[in-house]
Amino acid sequence: MDFSLSEETLMLAETVERMLLEACTPAHLRKLATSGEAFDPDRWRRIAAMGLPGMNAPVELAGSGLDEVAAVLIAEACGRVALPEPLTEHAGVAAPLLAATGAGGELLEAAVDGEKLLAIGHPVNPLVAGADRAAAFLLEHQGEVHLVPADAVQLRRRESLDEFRRLFEVSWTPTPATRIADAEQGRRLWAEALERGALLTAAQALGLARGAIELAVEYAKVREQFGKPIGVNQAVKHILADQQVKLSFARPVVLAAAADFAAADLVSSGRVSHAKLAATAAAESATRAAVQVFGAIGITFEAGVHFYVKRALALTAAWGGKAFHRERAARRVFEAPIGPHNTFARAGAAA
Amino acid sequence: MKLEYTPAQQALRAEARAWLEEHVPKGPLPSFDLTREGFEAHRQWERTLDSGRWGMVTWPAEYGGRGLSLVEWLIFEEEYYRAKAPVRVNQNGIFLLGPTLMEYGTPEQKARFLPAMARGDEVWAQAWSEPQAGSDLAGVRSTATRDGDEYVLSGQKIWSSRAAFADWAFGLFRAPGTSRHQGMSLVFFPLDAPGVTVRPIERMDGKKVFAEIFLDEVRVPAFNRLGEEGQGWDVCMSTAGFERGLMLRSPARYQQAASRLTRLYQERGQALGQGVRDAVVQHWMDAEAYALSIYEMASRLDNGGKIGPESSTNKIFWSELDIALQRTALDILGPLAELVTQDDPLLADWLEDYVFALAGPIYAGSNEIQRNIIAERMLGLPRR
Repeated sequence: MDFSLSEETLMLAETVERMLLEACTPAHLRKLATSGEAFDPDRWRRIAAMGLPGMNAPVELAGSGLDEVAAVLIAEACGRVALPEPLTEHAGVAAPLLAATGAGGELLEAAVDGEKLLAIGHPVNPLVAGADRAAAFLLEHQGEVHLVPADAVQLRRRESLDEFRRLFEVSWTPTPATRIADAEQGRRLWAEALERGALLTAAQALGLARGAIELAVEYAKVREQFGKPIGVNQAVKHILADQQVKLSFARPVVLAAAADFAAADLVSSGRVSHAKLAATAAAESATRAAVQVFGAIGITFEAGVHFYVKRALALTAAWGGKAFHRERAARRVFEAPIGPHNTFARAGAAA
Repeated sequence: MKLEYTPAQQALRAEARAWLEEHVPKGPLPSFDLTREGFEAHRQWERTLDSGRWGMVTWPAEYGGRGLSLVEWLIFEEEYYRAKAPVRVNQNGIFLLGPTLMEYGTPEQKARFLPAMARGDEVWAQAWSEPQAGSDLAGVRSTATRDGDEYVLSGQKIWSSRAAFADWAFGLFRAPGTSRHQGMSLVFFPLDAPGVTVRPIERMDGKKVFAEIFLDEVRVPAFNRLGEEGQGWDVCMSTAGFERGLMLRSPARYQQAASRLTRLYQERGQALGQGVRDAVVQHWMDAEAYALSIYEMASRLDNGGKIGPESSTNKIFWSELDIALQRTALDILGPLAELVTQDDPLLADWLEDYVFALAGPIYAGSNEIQRNIIAERMLGLPRR
């Protein structure tokens, strides 16, 4: 039993985080938003140069084959800078799904290199994110998995409050030629994709909470009222301390859900749902607190906080919302062994 | 990261479970806060634990322990709460003073105090707070005046849990003429020494859970000082880190309470609607989150890390979780919640646990103080 992260994983996460902090500052975000774009090709090249688009694809298919713990730390780094590019869904959910069907071929190679983007239409999400830049779509039909090229789908844009989330309704027609997994295999793959999507969304939410706390703390140190920084006031300190508490007790859950991921049972899915609930609650709360600390400027476009508010709002509902995950957590509580000796129990263990 | 127990850890769990099943008293012991008999019954239980070498498993064997890691301590605690074993009457000693003695004590002090602590022969109380020094602990006024090989202790301490029946106390004193964080020393004194008067204080439910201690020129050997003279503040903060962060409230306590609450809900609460169900699941998740966080912390300490200001987040989290969890239980009890005795064992203890939980955000440093520590030392906000 060892809950500590390996040196190797920590070093990788630090390298990714350093690159993102440099390549994705609030100034970058504002500039991109003002240009009306949601994708920065220069930044994506840097992301691809680190091999991140292939982070969760198997090594034998030219991916990096990272485990879920590493993926969680990378997704957390993405959240911390409110990264616009859809790295986590592409690399963390879509590419592993495509790889698992065995039908990846050249498309998967291009996806792993970051040259082509994959979009995923999971039944739990009514809209498909990042569809405008996708070369191909992974879509569900009666449990089956279909791989559909971009020119065979019709897209209808639905505008999100988050200007960096490009959401679309996708219309398409399933054919035997597009089917890459039958319903039996497909149901298993879609179930796994849901776990991955929820886990990595939780990890991004951790990063959002951290990023929002950092922004608010920096502002509270320099913004002066009554002749002193507002951050000396306990009323401000305690709001921010509470956000740190929420974050501190969401992060170990996300890490445990990642470490436990392969078990794929009622206990591991309950942990994923707990992680999603706790991390998105921390993000929602921290972003609201940040707005409060910034005051009036916090609700403007000018201050960078709004990128975090919007993303937290979107991710709270993406890959299963609160009621959905609370029900899954409830199943784990009421149907699997609980109690102090069962922190790391498996679903089938004796009570 | 590897969230699986080693075969040796599984064997430890099995050994602890078997031993506890055989030895844990069948019914609850009488309260250690109400009568001398109850206190002595708990002391006897400490002796039984020691006879199985379960008194404090992380201590080296020479002091009555097993030399186990903190993660292994968590395993033992899980089994302890699973077995519904009695509350540790000596928790101030084994969980708070013990780790500090391990860090600051001389070999002679360790040999003198730790085995007696593990055996339950000496049960400890904490004597830090004073009427004028609560959250502002650096404001203590009680003095330790050096006189040759002795200290002469004078002053008044308050809110000392267990002090009504305990044998020893570890107190925070200052050299005459010093102020604030300078000149403090941590000094042990027997509660039956000449010049010591203990006056129990009743909690709102009439239980004498804590006491005032009056010290009138109490003489103790200088041997009883832990750490250097004048280093008392640092020694206390080391204890406080363990207190808030790790050992005072093991996660198993809340996981066990969440399990009980789940059963209470399933048998009595299902008709009360989604709100109560959601609350039950939330408390279970929070207890689990606390456990995972402590596993992370224990792993870090086992690998040579130190407890830092993050221990303050733990204290806020468990104390708020405790109140919320007990409150939901009272919601399920409904109109029976206010009754001090219950006919049905399923309904028993919740009210007492709720009253106990009310103190959680206050002792071991109020949650407001913890929020200041988090804001200033973790987040870097300015002090003034």
